[in-house]
Amino acid sequence: MKALLVCEYREGKLLEGSYELISFADRLGVEKAIVLVGSENAVPKADARVYLANAAAWAEYNPEIHRKIVLEAVQRESPDYIVFLHSSYGWDLAPRVAAALKAAQISEVASLQDGKFEVSCCNGKMRRTVTSATERTVVTIQAGAFSFSGEPRGVPRVEMIAPPVAASAVEFIGYEAAEKKDVDLAKAAVIVSAGRGVGKKENVAAIDALAKALQGELGASRPVVDAGWVPHSHQVGTTGQTVSPKLYVACGISGAIQHLAGMKKSEFIVAINKDKDAPIGEVADVLVVADVNQFVPALTAKLRK
Amino acid sequence: MKILVCIKQVPDMESKFKVNAKGVWYEETDLAFRMNEYDEYAVEQAVQLKEQLGGGPEVTVLSIGPDRVLEPVKKALAMGCDRAVHLKDDDSSGKDPWQIASAIAGFSRDKNFDLIFTGMQSQDRGSAQVGAIVSELLGCACVTTVVHFAFNDGIVTAKRELEGGLKCIVRFRLPAVVTCQLGLNKPRYPTLPNIMKAKKKEIVSQAAAGFAATEALSGTGEFYVPAKKGRGIILEGDVNEMADRLIGILKEKTTVVR
Ligand SMILES: Cc1cc2nc3c(=O)[nH]c(=O)nc-3n(C[C@H](O)[C@H](O)[C@H](O)COP(=O)(O)OP(=O)(O)OC[C@H]3O[C@@H](n4cnc5c(N)ncnc54)[C@H](O)[C@@H]3O)c2cc1C
Repeated sequence: MKALLVCEYREGKLLEGSYELISFADRLGVEKAIVLVGSENAVPKADARVYLANAAAWAEYNPEIHRKIVLEAVQRESPDYIVFLHSSYGWDLAPRVAAALKAAQISEVASLQDGKFEVSCCNGKMRRTVTSATERTVVTIQAGAFSFSGEPRGVPRVEMIAPPVAASAVEFIGYEAAEKKDVDLAKAAVIVSAGRGVGKKENVAAIDALAKALQGELGASRPVVDAGWVPHSHQVGTTGQTVSPKLYVACGISGAIQHLAGMKKSEFIVAINKDKDAPIGEVADVLVVADVNQFVPALTAKLRK
Repeated sequence: MKILVCIKQVPDMESKFKVNAKGVWYEETDLAFRMNEYDEYAVEQAVQLKEQLGGGPEVTVLSIGPDRVLEPVKKALAMGCDRAVHLKDDDSSGKDPWQIASAIAGFSRDKNFDLIFTGMQSQDRGSAQVGAIVSELLGCACVTTVVHFAFNDGIVTAKRELEGGLKCIVRFRLPAVVTCQLGLNKPRYPTLPNIMKAKKKEIVSQAAAGFAATEALSGTGEFYVPAKKGRGIILEGDVNEMADRLIGILKEKTTVVR
């Protein structure tokens, strides 16, 4: 069995996550080949054939061109699995490749259970094993689920793929950097985060008061930021900041994977949630089953004494 | 201009999920259903574009599933969609993304939609595949995970969300499929007059089977509750007692409370 690993490249660099693909293939126990739309000085260190297309000839993000390059590598290598990260690159490209091959796609694999692909569903509350009925299978893997440890080593055997000549309907204009941060959550020893469970904007003040009582910073989950209750610079998660404070308090946060990715390395985690089954319970050292708007003010008052 | 919005009905994620008799998905009884959160942004964007263009575009909302999906369909109509198509399938939860996408593409093929909006993923299944497969089947452009959308003189400028707050700006022409990410806009609440008006809007019901691929490419082996890691302490009961206990634990286990 063989896996073709679709590595990621952005702004001149190989993305670190690419090594998680290698670690996934090793755990699956399959041979590996790699395809990268990037540049010669960003080829992953691995003992494998690397199909390389030069990103400079095309924009870094161009799904139509990238799709053709991956399909060319599939044709040359004939893999059983075509593996992407479940990232903004992977979830964009993988279904196009799968559909072009009429292959099954298994999205966001979180672990292998006796060789079966396990994925998380229902916002992290349930799990599902997914089976493929096709000869080739496209897989996207959950970021961080197959983390790579150790130093990357190996000598890649590079084979070039000429970028296809094709008109593209989508034109890449450029990147827009993340907004300037007014707080650096990464430095905070304590972070108290507000989630949608706080109910309304006015209730964020009580969460902020708890953060102050603990001499920490206010964090937030994404819906709270999207709703405009808290600025984006306070958002914790894959599309916000990654933090690992001494104490993280999640108030009315369900524990979706994108939130957990940003805070699960915290030293001590307290979750306050009215739902005892909320997935945040999986990473919490203490789960307080309560209405956040009753519990938090009570806790703050006692801490202030 | 013709716009299609594809929406899915999903259970409220705060529900307690039970495994169904076949062991492959959730038991539906006792669940409260609602419109997939990501799809609310899709509906809102379609309606905003219609408004921007002086009401010219016709917005069709489509949903696949049993009769219960008419509820979010009616909400989409009350939010401002013009008409609805219900692709009836009592076993839609047993279909894989390929089959769902093929039903949407099959229905759309001869309709000449200029824009198809979907959510970037569903909250229950979370496969994040359907929109991109639809574009592949229809042979049109596709831009996923959009957090900004602007239409001017036939050209769309959009921002895709990448990781860590970075965005990617792209430009494209129609026809195209656009998958919507959380925060793209502020989905409106249907007002009472609009709910009343929506009652007069057309809802066409057709069997999804006429359009969908007959065979699934992927399937569910098993569906289950994750094994509890059980590393944490669970506090329940009186608020003041829990606060005292929590402070005790923090004093003992962390260095931040003294
Ligand atoms: C590509 C992508 C990137 C994303 N990036 C991020 C990110 O960076 N950060 C992020 O946070 N999310 C991110 N998300 C969104 C993520 O999937 C979830 O939707 C989000 O984290 C949910 O936020 P929440 O937990 O506050 O809300 P919900 O999931 O709605 O949970 C609310 C919780 O509050 C509880 N609750 C309700 N009322 C009360 C009460 N009165 N008292 C106590 N508890 C109560 C409920 O039981 C529930 O568990 C991303 C999603 C995608 C697709």
